[in-house]
Amino acid sequence: MNSRDLVLGRLRAALAADPPTTTGAVPRDYRQSGALDLDRLVQRLTDYRAQVHRAAEDTVAETIAALLPSGATVVVPPGLPAGWLPPTVTVLPDTGLDNRQIGAADAVVTAAAVAVAETGTVVLDGSPDQGRRVISLLPDRHVCVVRAGQVVATVPEALTRLVPHRPLTWISGPSATSDIELNRVEGVHGPRTLHVVLLS
Amino acid sequence: MRIALFVTCLADTMFPEAAKATVRLLERLGHEVVFPAEQTCCGQMHVNTGYQREALPLVRRHVRTFDPYDVIVAPSGSCVGSVRHQHPMVARRAGDERLAGRAEDVARRTYELSELLVDVLGVTDVGAYFPHRVTYHPTCHSLRMLRVGDRPLRLLRAVRGLDLVALPAAEQCCGFGGTFAVKNADTSTAMLADKMRHVLATGADVCTAGDASCLMHLGGGLSRLRTGVRTVHLAEILAATEHRDTADGRNRLGVGP
Amino acid sequence: MSQVFLGMPATAPAGVGHLRGTESFPRAARRALADPQLRRNLGHATTTIRAKSAAVIDELPDWAQLRAAGSAIKTDVLARLPELLVQLEAKVTEAGGVVHWAADANDANRIVTDLVRATGSDRVIKVKSMATQEIGLNEALAAAGIEPVETDLAELIVQLGDDRPSHILVPAIHRNRAEIREIFLRAMPGVDPALTDEPAALAAVARRYLRQTFLSTRVAVSGANFAVAQTGTLAVVESEGNGRMCLTLPETLITVMGIEKVVPTWQDLEVFLQLLPRASTGERMNPYTSMWTGVTSGDGPQAFHLVLLDNGRSAVLADRTGRQALHCIRCSACLNVCPVYERTGGHAYGSVYPGPIGAVLSPQLTGVADNASLPYASSLCGACYDACPVGINIPELLVHLRDQVPHPRAEATAMAAAGYTMDRPRLYEAAQRATRLGRLAGRRGRGLPPPLTGWTASRDLPEPPEQTFRQWWAQR
Ligand code: SF4
Repeated sequence: MNSRDLVLGRLRAALAADPPTTTGAVPRDYRQSGALDLDRLVQRLTDYRAQVHRAAEDTVAETIAALLPSGATVVVPPGLPAGWLPPTVTVLPDTGLDNRQIGAADAVVTAAAVAVAETGTVVLDGSPDQGRRVISLLPDRHVCVVRAGQVVATVPEALTRLVPHRPLTWISGPSATSDIELNRVEGVHGPRTLHVVLLS
Repeated sequence: MRIALFVTCLADTMFPEAAKATVRLLERLGHEVVFPAEQTCCGQMHVNTGYQREALPLVRRHVRTFDPYDVIVAPSGSCVGSVRHQHPMVARRAGDERLAGRAEDVARRTYELSELLVDVLGVTDVGAYFPHRVTYHPTCHSLRMLRVGDRPLRLLRAVRGLDLVALPAAEQCCGFGGTFAVKNADTSTAMLADKMRHVLATGADVCTAGDASCLMHLGGGLSRLRTGVRTVHLAEILAATEHRDTADGRNRLGVGP
Repeated sequence: MSQVFLGMPATAPAGVGHLRGTESFPRAARRALADPQLRRNLGHATTTIRAKSAAVIDELPDWAQLRAAGSAIKTDVLARLPELLVQLEAKVTEAGGVVHWAADANDANRIVTDLVRATGSDRVIKVKSMATQEIGLNEALAAAGIEPVETDLAELIVQLGDDRPSHILVPAIHRNRAEIREIFLRAMPGVDPALTDEPAALAAVARRYLRQTFLSTRVAVSGANFAVAQTGTLAVVESEGNGRMCLTLPETLITVMGIEKVVPTWQDLEVFLQLLPRASTGERMNPYTSMWTGVTSGDGPQAFHLVLLDNGRSAVLADRTGRQALHCIRCSACLNVCPVYERTGGHAYGSVYPGPIGAVLSPQLTGVADNASLPYASSLCGACYDACPVGINIPELLVHLRDQVPHPRAEATAMAAAGYTMDRPRLYEAAQRATRLGRLAGRRGRGLPPPLTGWTASRDLPEPPEQTFRQWWAQR
């Protein structure tokens, strides 16, 4: 007998031995949505050491220019709006960059799919303006541009906006660890600096 | 009101003052207390040690003994917890659904002392007088199984002369846990040490609680260390008046220095 | 063919993995209790996390509702486990993954070892996973000449310190910053001796140390926090980014997952993604959560294997009361609030699952006889039940398991005698008169005879009163 049949057979036997009495009903009377509050997103992101900058569509490039030193090399996903990038930086479009090139860059600029105000989270889903997962992972500085319309109040709302089969990365602040005396310390393997540029 | 006293085997045998105080208090408040003599032990020790089969006759006896009474009180959060949560479970595990139903019914009519006073009798000022500095340990079963909340504290705050001081880390277990104190004596002792440290930090001269078992544990530790802090059951404080300080002298719960 | 031939529920095999300790809990606890540094570290860490967690849970007005939903989803999962696993298998396969079934630790270790061998790699990077610790995968890989590299900071501290994990979430919780610094200086080549014990500096050292390994290793092994049957999506919840590295950089990803981690629908994640971070690290959301479904062309590993692990879970499922232990989402809140865990630490439990959940899960996975002291490693204070984000009634489970443990003969005799006496008021009164219950256990006075001596070692016992309550009542 193969392990699949063995395991499934055991599980069926276990349930048959003492059948559960549940109806399967799940009470979902928790909050499904909430009032949208951009200030809350800013406060929650900041609380976990993300640096938040408010901007308008036409001041993104200016804002980013102020965040990155002149001449910085910046990885960008292929579909990032060209107007977001300041002329002061050297752009490396991800047309199949290798990991070493990505890791050697000073920063990465991406868009986002969704942001959750209550938890201070941005979610990337691999769309053309966000790119492959690796580009937002190896550079030490991540600049993530979020449009106001992408912000939701709660986690349930975020999940309804996301497409399950896309590779999803939920990011809440820079890389951190609580492994040393259970205190949150920023900066382990992921980007140690997270800038969120919020467009409204 | 006619109230049946579920004395608990520990109070009956080792700490009768807590039980006598319960009787005196309720009588002073104008109620009739009866003591069904067929009662022995609720079986908690058996259940918690892993002997549910041996506990079954004790559950049966308890249910039979207290079934005729509308209101039942015990000066113990732990034993009321056992009646509420364990009796129906033991009966059900033994396949006796009828007993389980009756046990649930008895449990609904069974109250821990502070619950009875505040919820059923509607009093918080029981007219007690107890001129001491007191700290209250909310025992785990009163706190988390029964959810007595601040009822004991409301009762204590209304006691004349009593200086109530908050216990740091009050919600931490004292380390008794019945069979736990025997089987894991070292860990139990470590928990007790921390609890005593917190009690001593309050500067109280009396530590009170609603469970004789935890007080026995705590009182035993405090006595061994010659701390001079007495353990006194909540019922004894509430029963004390200007005329009769039941919690004085050798009547105290715990042991002499 | 009848179902019996398809296999009866089975416990986890002995001789492999880390579910059984080598000594009883009280004995192991005694050693831990004698280590004041350990107690200080644990006391500090658990106090910190309790406060953090309470603060972020208080922020949610609907915590109780989320908890009820989480519990209901898990109840439903267990009732439909075979069906959901088959659905998950189909969805993962559809999305380009390969699903393997492992009946026990040996099975799983063999599957993973073979998969790694087939890639030709002699090293794997690992993101912290309880399931792979449970089955002893690192030992199995090492025996096959494959080097497993733990990439979670705490796991790295444990691995470099030649130590054992002592907490579900923070395996090095028993180490403070000064000890961690020493371990790094000793075990990591090329660390600057001027390294301070600032947590940020320690984290930076780990970052440098592992970066090259991340970039050059072709195979990763992970666990999973959740797997969605409806979509075939896997989720890993983490903090440091080592998870993202393992899930993104290698060519091959192997995920080993306990079968109870499946959830029915995508929507169910909305419950657990709120419960887990707040209950575990005390954060509104952990820094990183990765979700993937099979293989995504051009992004991340192009070969994905999912290993579904039984290893005793079917035996847990067979017990109506016991099966709620399979609701566990490994948040470790029950450890953090447990007064016993806080004083003994995790090693005393012998198994990779320490604390209250370990005390109810390990004995069920192995069969209670193999972990007979664990169900007693609790004062039944109930703090774990209050803290558990999926409402597992751990005290009830402990009592349930104590009933199944093989009892010492002397104790069984004493308990039977006590039960007999207490069911006969005459005898009971006689016993009270003779010794006032104390005699049931031994002599009166300051001490009690074995096995009760432990209790009186540090406490005085009260003298029995002159008169029992019922004597007083009778004379009134
Ligand atoms: S039993 Fe509950 S509290 Fe403990 S780790 Fe599991 S989910 Fe968390």
